[in-house]
Amino acid sequence: MINKKVDNVTAALQGVKDDMTMMLGGFGLCGIPENAIAELVKIGVKGLTCISNNAGVDDFGLGLLLQKRQIKKMVSSYVGENDEFERQMLSGELDVELIPQGTLAERCRAAQAGFPAVYTPAGYGTEVAEGKETREFDGKMHVLEHAFKADFAFVKAWKGDAAGNLIFKGTSRNFNPNMCGAAKITVAEVEELVPVGTLNPDHIHIPGIFVQRIFQGATFEKRIEQRTVRTK
Amino acid sequence: MLDKIGIAKRIAQEVQDGYYVNLGIGIPTLVANFVRADIDVEFQSENGVLGMGPFPFEGEEDADIINAGKQTITTLAGASFFDSAMSFAMIRGQHVHLTILGAMEVAQNGDIANWKIPGKMVKGMGGAMDLVASAENIIVAMMHTNKRGESKLLKKCALPLTGVGCVKKVVTNLAVLEITPNGFKLLERAPGVSVEAIKNATEGNLLIEGDIPEMSL
Repeated sequence: MINKKVDNVTAALQGVKDDMTMMLGGFGLCGIPENAIAELVKIGVKGLTCISNNAGVDDFGLGLLLQKRQIKKMVSSYVGENDEFERQMLSGELDVELIPQGTLAERCRAAQAGFPAVYTPAGYGTEVAEGKETREFDGKMHVLEHAFKADFAFVKAWKGDAAGNLIFKGTSRNFNPNMCGAAKITVAEVEELVPVGTLNPDHIHIPGIFVQRIFQGATFEKRIEQRTVRTK
Repeated sequence: MLDKIGIAKRIAQEVQDGYYVNLGIGIPTLVANFVRADIDVEFQSENGVLGMGPFPFEGEEDADIINAGKQTITTLAGASFFDSAMSFAMIRGQHVHLTILGAMEVAQNGDIANWKIPGKMVKGMGGAMDLVASAENIIVAMMHTNKRGESKLLKKCALPLTGVGCVKKVVTNLAVLEITPNGFKLLERAPGVSVEAIKNATEGNLLIEGDIPEMSL
């Protein structure tokens, strides 16, 4: 077993510097690396490029980094529900690259799997495809999309072990597995770090080879963005 | 004329036994409530769930189980969770049979615009561009005209496109229309709506062949 365990979030974020490119898992506020984000705010690194499906809300998730103007550029598919984000984008303080959600996932996966680029039909004929190579396959047009290059990937899992093996829960899985191993260093924060050997190898979602550092998060707020219920 | 519920009810008639269906945010989400009980359908949400169920009972919400609208949901027997790449493999790989989504504009050739109003609103396309580029069957749910009373069924979209030549059918508060090589073919009228009213509210080419039946809901 190769040990990936670090003691805390501070140790997990060693080497994080200004102007780096970060991948952050999560969909809305579901499955975001809360502890890593809090630490990035604490360290105060600036000029970050963040690859994340969404940009959090004003006072949680990546919204916390936006508040402190630590983000230079966001690469996302959907950025509603965040007034500060909209303000910074419209004023030109923040550079924003909006890309289709499936393309975002696949550019992560391509980086993880060693593909330099992939062809996708998504976005053909729209402004997303402007300036990109296009090619016809079987009578249908496709756009060439390049693998991301990132310094750190911050992901959140439900359970993990010191070998770096990860198991996710529910829809908090989302982009997290696709970002593992897609950056130079993958940092996984888990709700529960269990002893090596207790996870069934058949149940592992992400093998530890894709993870460089793992720690148990001190706290997880797991805020709900849209609480919808029905009555009994 | 239909309200949003009426549009959802009419679209629910398009859902067939054995379909995997992706529902967009807004009116499309309501469709799930009106699908016939005697057919088997599974709803996919692109954030990573197949076999989506209704909202949870109060007190049973789980922050880790949401839909693409970030709403708390439940899952039904036979459901599964998966990552975003696999979710879009289902969509791009055409394993999902039907996509129902909203739009700001639809053109008579099937172009759709629904993600950006330059200078005013930029929230992003989310999964819409992947969905419309790959889905074999795309139905748009929307109001026939915008808040200023202008037609949303156009010769050519004015807003930035989400996808080209992809929409198959449009269900509005006034009508059901099919996209054909010659424009919007009027299939059905909403209850109490005249062909003339639909003509007036449609900027794109409208094809009217024979008597146009009223929808049955």
